[in-house]
Amino acid sequence: MEIIPAVTYTYLRSKKKFPNVWCAGCGIGIALGAIIRAIDNLKLDRNDVAMVSGIGCSSRMPVYVDFNTLHTTHGRALAFATGVKLANPKLKVIVITGDGDGLAIGGNHFIHTCRRNIDITTILINNSTYGMTGGQYSPTTPFMKIGTTAPYGNRERDFDICNLAKSAGATFVARGTVYHVTLLEKIVQQAILKKGFSLVEVISHCHTFYGRLNKEGTAVKMMEWQKEHAIPIQAAAKLPPEKLKDKFLIGTLWDVDFPEYCEEYDKVIAQFQVPPEDSEGKK
Amino acid sequence: MKADPKRVLTGAHYLDGDHAAAEGALAAGCTFVAGYPITPSTEVVERMAERFPRVGGVFIQMEDELGSMAAVVGAAWGGSKAMTVTSGPGFSLMMENIGLACMMEAPCVVVNVQRGGPSTGLPTLPGQADMMQAKWGSHGDYELIALSPNSPQECFWATIKAFNLSERFRVPVLVMMDECVGHMTEKVVIPEADQIELYPRRYTKLSPEEYLPFKTGKDLVPEMIKAGDGYKIHVTGLTHDERGYPVMTWEAQEKLVRRLIEKIRLFKDELVDVEEEQTDNADVVVVSYGISSRVSIPAIQKARKEGIKVGYLRLIIAWPFPEKKIYELAQKIKGFVVVEMNYGQMVLEVERATKGKTKTILVPHGGGWVHEPEDIYKAIKEAAK
Repeated sequence: MEIIPAVTYTYLRSKKKFPNVWCAGCGIGIALGAIIRAIDNLKLDRNDVAMVSGIGCSSRMPVYVDFNTLHTTHGRALAFATGVKLANPKLKVIVITGDGDGLAIGGNHFIHTCRRNIDITTILINNSTYGMTGGQYSPTTPFMKIGTTAPYGNRERDFDICNLAKSAGATFVARGTVYHVTLLEKIVQQAILKKGFSLVEVISHCHTFYGRLNKEGTAVKMMEWQKEHAIPIQAAAKLPPEKLKDKFLIGTLWDVDFPEYCEEYDKVIAQFQVPPEDSEGKK
Repeated sequence: MKADPKRVLTGAHYLDGDHAAAEGALAAGCTFVAGYPITPSTEVVERMAERFPRVGGVFIQMEDELGSMAAVVGAAWGGSKAMTVTSGPGFSLMMENIGLACMMEAPCVVVNVQRGGPSTGLPTLPGQADMMQAKWGSHGDYELIALSPNSPQECFWATIKAFNLSERFRVPVLVMMDECVGHMTEKVVIPEADQIELYPRRYTKLSPEEYLPFKTGKDLVPEMIKAGDGYKIHVTGLTHDERGYPVMTWEAQEKLVRRLIEKIRLFKDELVDVEEEQTDNADVVVVSYGISSRVSIPAIQKARKEGIKVGYLRLIIAWPFPEKKIYELAQKIKGFVVVEMNYGQMVLEVERATKGKTKTILVPHGGGWVHEPEDIYKAIKEAAK
């Protein structure tokens, strides 16, 4: 019998760079699977995909996949990716980041890249903690939840990532979870197709640190929590407010059009470039 | 390879150092600048923003200098010849990704028009106190190259040279100007494009199957590719092997860091660039760079009139430091006088390079104004004793 491997395997640097660093049960691998399937569905040439990341558990993703992959400094993936995209606009630039990398140390780059509306797809995997350094509280750790640096409960308010991206000017904003894999694949695909800055927040879990510190159980239990607390945006419209309490919306939350930065820059060049026969350069 | 005539503003101009550096970058084939406004370097990015769309290239104003430097490293891997421009406070923020450029071996240029510090210091007035930061500012062990021009004309050439060296060695190359040189307006002659030699990017001719992104030959500098041309490689700020994949062992660290250091140190002699005058029979040699070198000239002339044999040695490439040159002179002279706008940075290198063979006198200055030639003259008299 011929065994046909899942499409995801054909994109992995499986002979070169495995096993991976993630804990058994981690959600990042599920997100990676959805991203690969989205890229495969779109039939993108893998030479034309540049995957850029910062530092953290999710930012380790690029090394495992067979694209142009660039693993940069903590928080700077979006700024680095801006350089890659402007140098070579034909590339489909996908940034992989996390809640600490993308919103704390990289928060300024995050809002400004949203605002600039450059054609970059950002997948932000939100596990509400700094997993790689051992479970410190992050900008998305909910109020009163435990982190190793918040042993008596986190007294800071957490970010609503999608609202932040929308207010900062992102033209496409969607949220998924690692439980709702089919939806995740679909919204990642839409995000990649969007001309402009797109953000997909992926709700994931860190059972190793966050889950253990907050007594939220195994990876499976934490994924069940995702299932129970996520409401598709279409369904939410029909529900009374009390049914939406403590829940979060999933699906495409925001989709508008605004001139894309690279295209705008091309217009400037088209208008102001010196024609070859003009001798202005010799004045 | 020669410069592209479209990008070379051939002719005689009246330009300040900042604008001359911008023209140097254009002539050198720079196609990407990311920057953040900061005095006294802003004129460079303003000129790039205006000139780039006309001749080909992208300028982007980033949200801060952390982002500017990150974008520059990204653009280098995207295939651009990339540069950023800043001054002290921004230079501090760039240190993080200057380290990344060293680790990823991304050719790029950083212009620092130095002002008085520490902290916000003197935004509109000169300083030369970032010289040690230029060498040691990012964490970890690495080597890079830093130039220090002393006139608008030289700002033009130094920026071209910086691009050429960055391509040759695949390191960030720093152009350490100072506010005086940046804002001083003088005649700048820009030659025809065919008079400007450029070092092309070292793109590999190997196939994707044969190519290893960090494997090197004798000169320890790997061949490059750009994202999107079929090689699908991985680059990282982590310690990595020849394939570019992270390896967390001391052996991989030793192999990589040693090569990053040696790819410059092995070519230190090739990287000596000094301006020398009357050092052959000198009793005293004045060592300086940037604006301080020009302020030293009246002091040297005065001392010579009194019969003191004074030589003049100006660092055009400050890092790597020309230690062999200094040691050769140290064995023949009575003393060095080091003139710099700080309380002792490059003087430490001069002192180290003399190996105790002669004395070294520093003429310091806190910045904000240039030295009084009289102070330099007194130091020359002292050294001649």
